[in-house]
Amino acid sequence: MKYKLLVLLQLCLPLTAYSAEVKVQERILNNGLKILVKEDHRSPVVVSQIWYKVGSSYEPGGITGASHMLEHMMFKGTEKHPAGEFSRIIAENGGDENAFTGRDYTAYFQTMEKSRLPVSFELEADRMRNLRLSPEELKKELEVVYEERRMRTEDKPRAKVEEYFMAMAFTSSPYKHPVIGWPSDIENYTVPDLQAWYDRWYAPNNATLVVIGDVQPEEVFGLAQKFFGEIKTSELKPLKPQTEMPQVGERRMTLKVPAKLPYILLGYKVPSLKTAEQPEEAYALEVLAGVLDGGNSARLSSQLVRGKQIASSAGAGYDLSSRMSELFLLDATPVKDKTLTDMEKALKAEVTKLQNELISTEELQRIKAQVLAQAVYQHDSMFYQGMQLGMYETIGLGWQKADQYVENINKVTPEQVQAVAKKYLVEEHLNVAYMEPQTMATLANNAHKHPAK
Amino acid sequence: MMIKIMGWMLLLVAGPLLAKVNIEHWQTSKGSQVYFIAAPELPMVDIKVIFDAGSARDGKQFGIAALTSALLDTGAGIWNADQIAQRLESVGAALGSDVSYDMATVSLRSLTEPKLLESALETMQTVISKPRFADADFKRDLARTLAGLKQLEESPAAQADIAFTKALYGDHPYAHNSDGEMATVGKFKVADVKEFYRRHYVAANAMVVIVGALSKEQAEQTAEKLLANLPVGQKPAPLADVVMPSAAKRQDIEFPSTQTHVLVGLPGSYRQDPDYFTLYLGNHILGGSGLVSKLFNEIREKRGLAYSASSMFAPYLKPGPFEISLQTRNEKTAEAITVLNQTLADFINNGPTEAELTAAKQNITGGFAMRFDTNKELAGYAAMIGFYQLPLDYLDTFPQKIEQVTVAQIKDTFKKRVPLDLLQTVTVGQKIAAAPSAK
Repeated sequence: MKYKLLVLLQLCLPLTAYSAEVKVQERILNNGLKILVKEDHRSPVVVSQIWYKVGSSYEPGGITGASHMLEHMMFKGTEKHPAGEFSRIIAENGGDENAFTGRDYTAYFQTMEKSRLPVSFELEADRMRNLRLSPEELKKELEVVYEERRMRTEDKPRAKVEEYFMAMAFTSSPYKHPVIGWPSDIENYTVPDLQAWYDRWYAPNNATLVVIGDVQPEEVFGLAQKFFGEIKTSELKPLKPQTEMPQVGERRMTLKVPAKLPYILLGYKVPSLKTAEQPEEAYALEVLAGVLDGGNSARLSSQLVRGKQIASSAGAGYDLSSRMSELFLLDATPVKDKTLTDMEKALKAEVTKLQNELISTEELQRIKAQVLAQAVYQHDSMFYQGMQLGMYETIGLGWQKADQYVENINKVTPEQVQAVAKKYLVEEHLNVAYMEPQTMATLANNAHKHPAK
Repeated sequence: MMIKIMGWMLLLVAGPLLAKVNIEHWQTSKGSQVYFIAAPELPMVDIKVIFDAGSARDGKQFGIAALTSALLDTGAGIWNADQIAQRLESVGAALGSDVSYDMATVSLRSLTEPKLLESALETMQTVISKPRFADADFKRDLARTLAGLKQLEESPAAQADIAFTKALYGDHPYAHNSDGEMATVGKFKVADVKEFYRRHYVAANAMVVIVGALSKEQAEQTAEKLLANLPVGQKPAPLADVVMPSAAKRQDIEFPSTQTHVLVGLPGSYRQDPDYFTLYLGNHILGGSGLVSKLFNEIREKRGLAYSASSMFAPYLKPGPFEISLQTRNEKTAEAITVLNQTLADFINNGPTEAELTAAKQNITGGFAMRFDTNKELAGYAAMIGFYQLPLDYLDTFPQKIEQVTVAQIKDTFKKRVPLDLLQTVTVGQKIAAAPSAK
């Protein structure tokens, strides 16, 4: 076996790494279904994921969370395979399966021994068009989704803060809605709502089938043609852009939530790779997030948790693979004798430093070294590789961009990082939330006010 | 810079249908056990150094094992925390440390390019054998641990866990949360950490797992090097046996949440348990198989009472918990517990059907290769096999052991091992007056 030795010329350290890349094979069926196949022959296993271009950011008001609800209903049967059959058949074939919904995608996956791939294709092809939505099943599943919301959001103080925070930060962008939906929307879904949503988005020309594993691409394409080939193309109505209004000044909120520790969340409006006028800016923001929070040597750990010892914990995050413009997030919990105001000042001081001073070559090298190493490590997980391809393709960047990530990060300069810090991490585009813990007893009163199903 | 795309994976020939896992095993010169799986496909390696120094070794100082583990990389040899992190991150390596009941693990993932790996190994070696436990680092991380424990009080799930393990284990070392309790952690002195380290982080109490693109010779040198500066020391005394609770008990803890978290169970199975495969397979049918288990079907699919409903055996050196869990809106707690108990009782009294057994066997054996199709998973299995002294062919013979289990065995074994009259039940949530009595 041969590896191509890749020497990072820009680095002073003797850093070398291997490029370990397998070419992705692409095929588009006549009905518009795109199929991506990546071989990994380490184990006799195959991961199959089908990605639909629909998620919470596609939803109009009143039916927020409909994509997620539909994801649940996709396990409730077709004419050919009644409720429960899908999961039973996958299970008896040794498969692992589930589904997930995000702001920009809904995806379904099965991991199987490689010879069982046709089982997965047959079932997914069937439920791409033949789902039967019944009021009885919906009624029960609504309760399940509501339980999911209670578990993920209602009873988790920080998740609640994040939900309110996004709703404040975004004005006209659908990123203001939670993926799981607002409570009163969840309570009022009807079968016709979901049927319309299903009919509109579940079509071969709105989907990408990603297959990773111990397979031969031509065989996969043949199977895909056999099972998905006859499904008719849909005429897709274009999605309304729902572009975010420019933010014209800082926004701030205080949440009084029953909790034990104070917490602060800062978010600056930034472009994603998809919306950036210059793609370099998105990669520079990615590096900037690394400077702050790319490991234990990064600035938030080194300066705020250790160093000044203001934060008990602190983090930064940026997701470049979003369909729409995003938030660059900073969050922290102050140590016992510091206030949220102290914490905010300290976080902002780190931002100011990034605007005033170039990051050091060593810092930049460390980030690049980690990105490069991660690109090798990610080959250990077929599922993760599939996620990357599916995500990039589904948000409209094209899967090829996933493969160019390392290369593009590697081009980022200290000047570019400073430039995006100056351009985007500014007060006018800042959103701030303080979570001020209330005694847990207060929650008892609030909790009763939640709409009970 | 252009990254050259190579078709190197294409050169591999597809393996046999069921991958055989070849674990090599030897001892270092100081007597530490080493478990090695060659995985030449990717230019990377996963390494774990494991000590019998989990929270079961806390004694009365609940949380001391976890704090010791957390402090390892905050200063070692001539380096402070920043320098350790910089050394690792500049070569793309990731170092972590954590504790479970039984194990304290230091793990490393690195590229195998010699210069990079060498630097990462040197750092890991120093972190393991020369931690500083400086006062300032100790004080800071102690405060952070206390903050973490306080934050657990926000979580009904965490509160349920803590109460449940206490109910199951009483005075046994498995009874407390690995991170400790505010009352115990608050009293720690830096000398306590140093003493815990001195006694437990020794070669006689260490094992090494290596999975990756190294030759056996390289793996031997690596293991030798990592533990070179540790004294031989000795193993700690055997852990106390677990005593079953003497009677069924229910605890309802008031918590201002919208859902009630319900945990039901008993001390269950251990790693060398001769009944493990029977219990594992039975539990798969009862509540271990995700979207198709009996509990999932009764609680979620038929009644919409919960988002998740499942059961598991968590085997440790000594019997770990058998735990059934669900979360439901407060007013449905009584109904959910009734269905849970009914489903469990039916299963124990009647056992599974032949059809259910066959489907479960097909699921487990048909998907067996998926359980260790990553280096990360292989390293996890090698650690388990090594630490719990399971046979080296554990993975190869697993499907066969599953195939041999019968309906009658499951029925008998569950009756014996899950006595319903000893079940411990914990609920954490709000009592809703309108709901029918839950007793």
